[in-house]
Amino acid sequence: MAKKQNIIDEAKEAIQKAAETVTETVKDVVEDEKTQKIVKQVKQTAEKVADKVQEIIDAPETKEAADALKDAAGKVADAVKAAVSGKSEKIITPKDAKIPEGPLAEKWTNYKAHQKLVNPANKRRLDIIVVGTGLAGASAAASLAEMGFNVLNFCIQDSPRRAHSIAAQGGINAAKNYQNDGDSVYRLFYDTIKGGDYRAREANVYRLAEVSNNIIDQCVAQGVPFARDYGGLLDNRSFGGAQVSRTFYAKGQTGQQLLLGAYSALSRQIGKGTVKMYSRYEMLDVVVIEGRARGIIARNLVTGRIERFFGHAVVIGTGGYGNTFFLSTNAMASNGSVAMQIYRKGAYFANPAYAQIHPTCIPVHGDFQSKLTLMSESLRNDGRIWVPKKLEDAKALQAGKLKGRDIPEEDRDYYLERRYPAFGNLVPRDVASRAAKERCDAGYGVNSTGLAVFLDFSDAIKRLGKDVVAAKYGNLFQMYEKIVDENPYEDPMMIFPAIHYTMGGIWVDYELQTSIKGLFCIGEANFSDHGANRLGASALMQGLADGYFVLPYTIQNYLSDQITVPRMSTDLKEFADAEKAVEAKISKLMGIQGKRSVDSIHRELGLVMWDFVGMGRTAEGLKTALVKIKEIKKEFWSNVYIPGTAEGLNVELEKALRLADFIEIGELMARDALNREESCGGHFREEYQTPEGEALRQDDKFSYVSCWKYQGEDQEPELIKEPLDYEFVQRQTRNYKA
Amino acid sequence: MEKTINIKVKVWRQAGPKAKGHFETFELNNISTDSSFLEMIDVLNEKLISERREPIAFDHDCREGICGMCSLYINGHPHGPDDEITTCQLHMRKFKDGETITIEPWRSAAFPVIKDLMVDRRAFDKIIQAGGFISVNTGGVPDANAIPIPKKNADLAMDAASCIGCGACVAACKNGSAMLFVSAKVSQLALLPQGQVEAARRAKAMVAKMDELGFGNCTNTGACAAECPKGVKLSNIARLNREYLCAKLKD
Repeated sequence: MAKKQNIIDEAKEAIQKAAETVTETVKDVVEDEKTQKIVKQVKQTAEKVADKVQEIIDAPETKEAADALKDAAGKVADAVKAAVSGKSEKIITPKDAKIPEGPLAEKWTNYKAHQKLVNPANKRRLDIIVVGTGLAGASAAASLAEMGFNVLNFCIQDSPRRAHSIAAQGGINAAKNYQNDGDSVYRLFYDTIKGGDYRAREANVYRLAEVSNNIIDQCVAQGVPFARDYGGLLDNRSFGGAQVSRTFYAKGQTGQQLLLGAYSALSRQIGKGTVKMYSRYEMLDVVVIEGRARGIIARNLVTGRIERFFGHAVVIGTGGYGNTFFLSTNAMASNGSVAMQIYRKGAYFANPAYAQIHPTCIPVHGDFQSKLTLMSESLRNDGRIWVPKKLEDAKALQAGKLKGRDIPEEDRDYYLERRYPAFGNLVPRDVASRAAKERCDAGYGVNSTGLAVFLDFSDAIKRLGKDVVAAKYGNLFQMYEKIVDENPYEDPMMIFPAIHYTMGGIWVDYELQTSIKGLFCIGEANFSDHGANRLGASALMQGLADGYFVLPYTIQNYLSDQITVPRMSTDLKEFADAEKAVEAKISKLMGIQGKRSVDSIHRELGLVMWDFVGMGRTAEGLKTALVKIKEIKKEFWSNVYIPGTAEGLNVELEKALRLADFIEIGELMARDALNREESCGGHFREEYQTPEGEALRQDDKFSYVSCWKYQGEDQEPELIKEPLDYEFVQRQTRNYKA
Repeated sequence: MEKTINIKVKVWRQAGPKAKGHFETFELNNISTDSSFLEMIDVLNEKLISERREPIAFDHDCREGICGMCSLYINGHPHGPDDEITTCQLHMRKFKDGETITIEPWRSAAFPVIKDLMVDRRAFDKIIQAGGFISVNTGGVPDANAIPIPKKNADLAMDAASCIGCGACVAACKNGSAMLFVSAKVSQLALLPQGQVEAARRAKAMVAKMDELGFGNCTNTGACAAECPKGVKLSNIARLNREYLCAKLKD
């Protein structure tokens, strides 16, 4: 009997202890689903132990009962262990992301009403570094300077007006509802969330839609010559993923006109001396002092000199990393190096796998190809996309024996109109790209490589007349003809998908601040608003929203307690160390003296990315990519050849520094794509599709932002999740069919 | 179908702003006529790198004719022999087999050479900083549709605003004048009601800055508009002269 009592006491004690450990463990864990599940499991196991004890009391003393008890105790221990590891899986809560309380439509208003500000006298005492002069960078630099801050602005080109925002063609979205076609802030918000395949943050997207109208007002006041109707009011057109006409445009050069607007505002401030402009400078590292961003190290690209710059805060607006693929629609110098620099210093890299493949680009035509040219999405307003219905026609086209116009109407397969009757040729980009790939994979491609589809204007020309088509798209048709040497008024254009934009980027909170204090990230460089797929004409909107109307507010909330911080000397150890590390990296690169040019290795990386981390991804392919990228990394660091010296202008050195980072980004993209076992937006895992070949999300498992935290050279980064709990929108399967 | 040509390129080499420059000639075989002019230079640079020689420095970025970064004076023409395109959109099918192609940087006192074919065009930025803007701060502006603008004016403003700031006009001008560039911006803003408030001040300030920076005078040869890759019209210079004259008369 005494023995029995002992067992009971021991068991009670064990349960007590287990309960205490569980309580202790989960005490400060947030109430997310997974932790809750584990806690429940522990409780159930503990109850089982109690039941066993009860059995022992009633039953004769047997060895089996004792074993069962031990077994149950072991289960408690395992459950506790699981709870502990569950705790170590870090989660970013809405509170961490600083998402304001309250109804969706009031969050931004509430934020602005309660945020801290910096008074005009103190603004003069604060320096802000802005890196990049695209739509986000230029608009931020100009706005901050207008408010009274001292701004240091950097760009790698010879002039801030060259940033690649300039190449955006089609337009900019805003919820003005000038067309009276049912648009509203909510609808723009909803379309953006849906277009992003429910992988964006609700609060950020709503704010974006809210400020969209201010952007149009601002640009018009700056003298941006948007297209107008005969009545003198602004004209609109429609873009993919929307059933309203909310896109404002300036011919096929909207990005250029908006950027020149921001550039003129920036120029006005440079003239006043409130912005100091550094062109042909490339940032090479961020300087972090006591956990806060306090400056940058940059290389003067003309003299080769490495220089140090202090700022009370640093703003990154350096664009996306599409050039990881070598061939993309990005400019030659567009790169992801700053993102990688700050990632290595502790900023999270979010959703690296989300890259947008644009359906309407001029197809690749040779090994010498240096970049791909986009044909604006606006063309899909009037152009119809098709391939032949008959395989023999496709073969004849591929052999050059037939032209597109030779194929009769009844033998054409307008596959987007067939598959998606509601949206037709204006489905979102990811959907259109995959549909083109599907047809070409099936053998229906229309050019010599079999990797192209037709974009046909013959109907539009019949309906509207050649003049109207020319007035709308003339510059794009001219561009096409100069490159391809064919007349798109007579023969349908040939197009194929190409890497265009990266939705992923540096993680930022609601204030656009990264996980490093005082370091902000805006425009394409951050991850925030487009989810897994960006809608057309929304990049310009987001860049300008961040720069004109969001960051100038939120950065003050940070700077308000920095007013007593004096300007720091760039002689501080942290600056010296950062500079030394940059110099060491450069001399290591210069010292390799191998046999291969930077571009030849970059092309190799691009092919691996396109083949395995491109439009259709598989677990096996991604694993192959990770192996191949490692090999490329080894080849690069042992066999690259950079002519000349580190002093003075050296374009090959600039490219090598960027490629070193592209290789790391490629790896991160593949890793993220492998982790995300679902298809959503621009991320298509072939294992996860519906019988009709549509993307299949796994909301129960992957409704989160993947934030990767650097753990050191050649170490696996840590995955931190920001769950996306949709409070206001009901998640649905995207449907563009009906 | 793809064709290839063999060419010689005679390229301006200059180690730095103060170094003495010279021409160097290279032979290139099997250049695809489908490749762009800059892709031809890429091929040449790859060849130079493989021979462990320094590649040719040249400016370029978007490679789709809009950023204005590429320059190059090709066979005596800024942006080469084709009409209304930039160098990056020029294709090798415009050249003949066996041809010698001469490539020089922009030649202008206001655009000093940095290295080889790369020049410093910051003078253009300085002209814009002097007045090429409408003085509005972010926020507090009227609704975009508050002021109707006649379509004709909006279209003309858009045509003028097409300028990409490449500097071909200056390179083409025997006087090295920046009048087409300045007039494009002055016209764009003068054509819009928003820009008329400070039109007089703008015209004077931008012209004064242009003169100060060492650009030459305009003698109406029209070479600038003939070579402009974006077809910015000479009528803009007439408008600038009108704006400038009116502004001066008001003084």
